[in-house]
Amino acid sequence: MSQLLQQLVNGLSLGSIYALIALGYTMVYGIIRLINFAHGDIYMVGAFVGYFALRGGLPLPFAFFLAMIIPALFGLVIEFFAYRPLRNAPRIAALITAIGVSLFLENLGILVLSPDPRPFPQVLPDKSIISYGDVNVSLTQFLMIVITLALMVLLTLFVHYTKTGKAMRAVSQDREAAQLMGININRIISVTFVIGSALAGAAGVLVGLYIPRIEPLMGVMYGLKAFVAAVIGGIGIIPGAMLGGVLMGLAETLVTGFLASTWRDAIAFGLLILILLIKPSGIFGTSSRTKV
Amino acid sequence: MLTVENLHVYYGAIHAIQGISFSVRQGEIVTLIGANGAGKSTILKTISGLLRPRGGKIILEGEEISTLAPHQIVARGISQVPEGRRVFPELSVMENLELGAYQRKGKEHMDELKRVFTLFPRLKERRNQRAGTLSGGEQQMLAIGRGLMAKPRLLLLDEPSMGLAPLLVKEIFSIIREINAAGTTILLVEQNANMALSIAQTGYVLETGEIALSGPAGELTRNEEVRKAYLGL
Repeated sequence: MSQLLQQLVNGLSLGSIYALIALGYTMVYGIIRLINFAHGDIYMVGAFVGYFALRGGLPLPFAFFLAMIIPALFGLVIEFFAYRPLRNAPRIAALITAIGVSLFLENLGILVLSPDPRPFPQVLPDKSIISYGDVNVSLTQFLMIVITLALMVLLTLFVHYTKTGKAMRAVSQDREAAQLMGININRIISVTFVIGSALAGAAGVLVGLYIPRIEPLMGVMYGLKAFVAAVIGGIGIIPGAMLGGVLMGLAETLVTGFLASTWRDAIAFGLLILILLIKPSGIFGTSSRTKV
Repeated sequence: MLTVENLHVYYGAIHAIQGISFSVRQGEIVTLIGANGAGKSTILKTISGLLRPRGGKIILEGEEISTLAPHQIVARGISQVPEGRRVFPELSVMENLELGAYQRKGKEHMDELKRVFTLFPRLKERRNQRAGTLSGGEQQMLAIGRGLMAKPRLLLLDEPSMGLAPLLVKEIFSIIREINAAGTTILLVEQNANMALSIAQTGYVLETGEIALSGPAGELTRNEEVRKAYLGL
């Protein structure tokens, strides 16, 4: 029993990472129907910004802040130079470009940062702040869950109650009608990339603190799994990404804890196959017809 | 107020609008009538900046606007109520209306909101309901209300009668007349030529991308060809 509880805590921590990354996938998809394969690499950028900031002696909150701002700038620039020129091109062109941007960032990382894994500075004391029998919640886990929750609440408030948030939802529902309202859609798309990338950057630092090894290709697997999480929840739907991410984290840790860790990746993609068979639109998705 | 000169618009290789000229005077209701596929909606989309013309000019009070982005055109006082209503189905009625006033600062739009709720009391009753759950007629009211929230000087209406019961069509058209009487110039695109000509001062008859006939609405109503082809008389 206590092992199950412990695995749930671990799963929730890992799941919050997936959820933060999945939000970026889902928001961008919701607004321009693009699967931004470079998103996992933005998360890597966040981890490295955090790494250098902490190594440079900056306090954690400041490093965390920088690790959101700089990936956000990456997102802004990538959207502007790589995706905006393809706004009216067939979707496959943008998709292939996204794969290209992803490969570019990964190889740039290998070139500039070297492919060797680096130990992430462990600035948090390794102690559990909640202990209940054999179940321990470490300070890092606690922060991961609390920060993720706080970011999700902020995002939800933003999307529902601000003018820009409402415009984002309008653009995702009907881009042309949104333009007729006087919404500058390029600006809204930029904002979406900035927010999604900042959340991925936050995830990068949190994962560095949790699994203290970072490397330029770390975004590949996490990105892919977060993408799967977004699909499981229903791509384009914000609460779906949150739920999908948490489910993914739970499934992985439970399998690792009770079966074998070698099954971990299989379960992630097994979940994808399962959801595509049962409910391809995802947990929160409504089956939509393609309008002609 | 608005002058369209020798407009040419293409959809890919299709020459949808082939050199159209017309004008809308301040305070008027002008209607473009014609069959399905004649190019009526294309013209409105081009005025709103959703489509780029391949040739010709669109001039609003002396300024060429055909090179501007849609949001810049809204900023200059032109709003469009698109064909098929196109309300945001997952947003509430209130949120749809707020988005109509997207470019207005702070609480500037409160007067318009009051006005929209006076014109369409149903929208006030349903302000917290998701727009997708409204009936067709209510969605059309919402689409028009949303268009008014920007306080446009020129309102483009694309097929407001589409898919509505005759009684509702009458109601919508009397509201259009009311909106016009309050000072908003209107460019109305309609397949329902009868209703459109009954409230317009000037009409243009469109046939496959070209203007076949034009004149005061009253004259068009009496024109033999128009009566046969569009009024079913």
